[in-house]
Amino acid sequence: MTAIDPTAHLTDEQIEDLGRELDAIRDEVIASRGEKDAAYIRKVISVQRKLELTSRGILLFSLFPPAWLIGTAGLSVAKILENMEIGHNVLHGQWDWMRDPKIHSTTWEWDHVSPADQWKHSHNELHHTYTNVIGKDNDLGYGIMRVDEDQRWHPMHLGQPLWNFINACFFEYGIAAYDLELGKNLRTKKRRKDPEFRARARAVGRKIRRQVLKDYVVHPLLSGPSFLTTLAATFTANLVRNLWSHSVIMCGHFPEGVAVFERRSIKGETRGQWYLRQMMGSANISGSKVMHIMTGNLSHQIEHHLFPDLPSNRYAEVAVKVKALFEKYELEYVSGSLPKQVFSAWHKVFRLSLPNRKPKVKAPAREKELVAA
Amino acid sequence: MTSAALRSRAWKLLELVTTPLLPSDYLDLLSPLRAGADLRGRIEAVHQETDSAATIVIRPGKGWRGHVAGQYIRIGVDVDGVRLWRAYSVTSPTSRADGRITITVKAIPDGKVSHHLVHRVQPGTVVHLDQATGEFVLPAAKPAKVLYLTAGSGITPVMGMLRDGGLSDVVMVHSAPRAEDVIFRKDLHDLVADKALTLVERHTDTDGVLDLAELETLVPDWAERETWACGPTGLLDAAEEHWASRGIADRLHTERFRPSVVVAGDGGEVTFGKTGKTVEADGATPLLDVGEQAGVLMPSGCRMGICFGCVTPLKAGAVRDLRTGEITEAEDGVLVQTCVSAAAGPCELER
Repeated sequence: MTAIDPTAHLTDEQIEDLGRELDAIRDEVIASRGEKDAAYIRKVISVQRKLELTSRGILLFSLFPPAWLIGTAGLSVAKILENMEIGHNVLHGQWDWMRDPKIHSTTWEWDHVSPADQWKHSHNELHHTYTNVIGKDNDLGYGIMRVDEDQRWHPMHLGQPLWNFINACFFEYGIAAYDLELGKNLRTKKRRKDPEFRARARAVGRKIRRQVLKDYVVHPLLSGPSFLTTLAATFTANLVRNLWSHSVIMCGHFPEGVAVFERRSIKGETRGQWYLRQMMGSANISGSKVMHIMTGNLSHQIEHHLFPDLPSNRYAEVAVKVKALFEKYELEYVSGSLPKQVFSAWHKVFRLSLPNRKPKVKAPAREKELVAA
Repeated sequence: MTSAALRSRAWKLLELVTTPLLPSDYLDLLSPLRAGADLRGRIEAVHQETDSAATIVIRPGKGWRGHVAGQYIRIGVDVDGVRLWRAYSVTSPTSRADGRITITVKAIPDGKVSHHLVHRVQPGTVVHLDQATGEFVLPAAKPAKVLYLTAGSGITPVMGMLRDGGLSDVVMVHSAPRAEDVIFRKDLHDLVADKALTLVERHTDTDGVLDLAELETLVPDWAERETWACGPTGLLDAAEEHWASRGIADRLHTERFRPSVVVAGDGGEVTFGKTGKTVEADGATPLLDVGEQAGVLMPSGCRMGICFGCVTPLKAGAVRDLRTGEITEAEDGVLVQTCVSAAAGPCELER
């Protein structure tokens, strides 16, 4: 918990004004959604599918190093696009307004081991509603990390840089595990036996089987003599995609300057206060247009959290207006380049793996020490 | 193993390659009109018929099974990025050599789809189709004497029948505001010149709306004729009364393009079971609109209660038919037309 409340200078009235101004921004985008936006998502989907097909085609000959390199690079990009700019955003319902049954949150399934319907529940309903509320938002440390000074330290946290790295490498499995709330559900016999939990676990099992069969059996087999090299290629592409999406997502809520909230602070929250929590609980990544697309426009994490169901291609224009509101209401708009934000987030993971120092010293001094170590 | 079984086995294997997508998701990128794809069509040309009506030439996909003259198709068009479905009569003859079909569309006030098709759509656009359907067709045994009673865009299903020919004695009584508003005017007069049609053309701006009593002088043998009528509600209601009063209601076949009566009652809470959404609805708004506004993926078609493209299982509660006021209660296997049904108290749809 940030020691000083960065929103203390705002009156209740101002917070509701802020909410109304944000509602107006949202209404403007909704009123102007149209043909261009539809063409955009169809283009991204078409490019992604052609890139994946081509890359997998090239990987049939992955025994030849140049084919391996090109195919693996292409497949990595295709998998990143599929999860980030397409899957994540379609499953948010950002494109439901098109009424196209093939691009709809209720029919979409993604290249990920967590089945779409389970992910939608834990992500859209829990994470987006309870953003950065300790004990409510599983994204906050994924239940394995200490992400705020106010959380009690436990010796287990000494290992959290390692846990975080392993989670990054196998991120899609980590997500599947916490969509299942494995930690909580495996703890007691009663929970383990719960038929609803078992059904969901079986669904994840089926999804994992199909994903693994495709990437590590069928495609390598189709490659014939290139079996092993194609296997290595798909493994690498999944690893690259996992590391990338983990980094982007860490940048969204972990960097220094992002606030976390206590459970009781969200009791009776108004719409304006909810907006404010999203504003203070998220951070952006600056960069080029390609960079924004590759992050699934989660580089506009603040705007995404304010308006999770607006089409991702509109966040850039929304960001200009949102940033102006941050200035008007004298709030800090946390944003930085990818390397800077990744560093900042990891820094926090390392720092909080140790217990708080008593008496509290200034954070920068402590940070230097850790980096040196 | 049969070849069909082999094919399905091969398809299952292919699904392992493309999972979580389907092979068709990739094939659609390359060939949206191929055999086995969802039925689609490509618009090849748009011919202006009048100021506000146009004929759209569509090359249907390989799965197109053909139509019977007088039938309509449901067509899904993206307007401002939103997929909208409407029903239009097929106006091309069934024997068209190049396999293309045409629909003829009149732009109606506030008609999103009709305006788009008449004024904006570009050749090359891929549209979504359903197979032709509808009972407004000629019987297999062709009647000796036929009367077509039409007005405005009600001429479209009849044009399909006229173009198919094969009838020896055909009279048509057609109403439109002015001569330049008559869709297919040139085609009709060509048929007259070929002695294939007797045409009574009524311009209502100058001659006033047709009173069916006038049929006695316009078409003296009208009562002997098997009649197909299509046009505005007023005309069809009057025709049904007129034919019934002569005791020959069985000789009249009608096709309605608009729901006739609107009966509203109390609304209620509507639950969409599959998506888990619950919204409050009044008793006058069709459940189709309620669902669409809530972001639920609702199937839809004519939006006027004729095509059954929108039918959805009613799982609980009751709905009211906006045309008749009739209440339908949930039971196993009960399907309701969401475009002409409103909530009658709390209800649940399987969407």
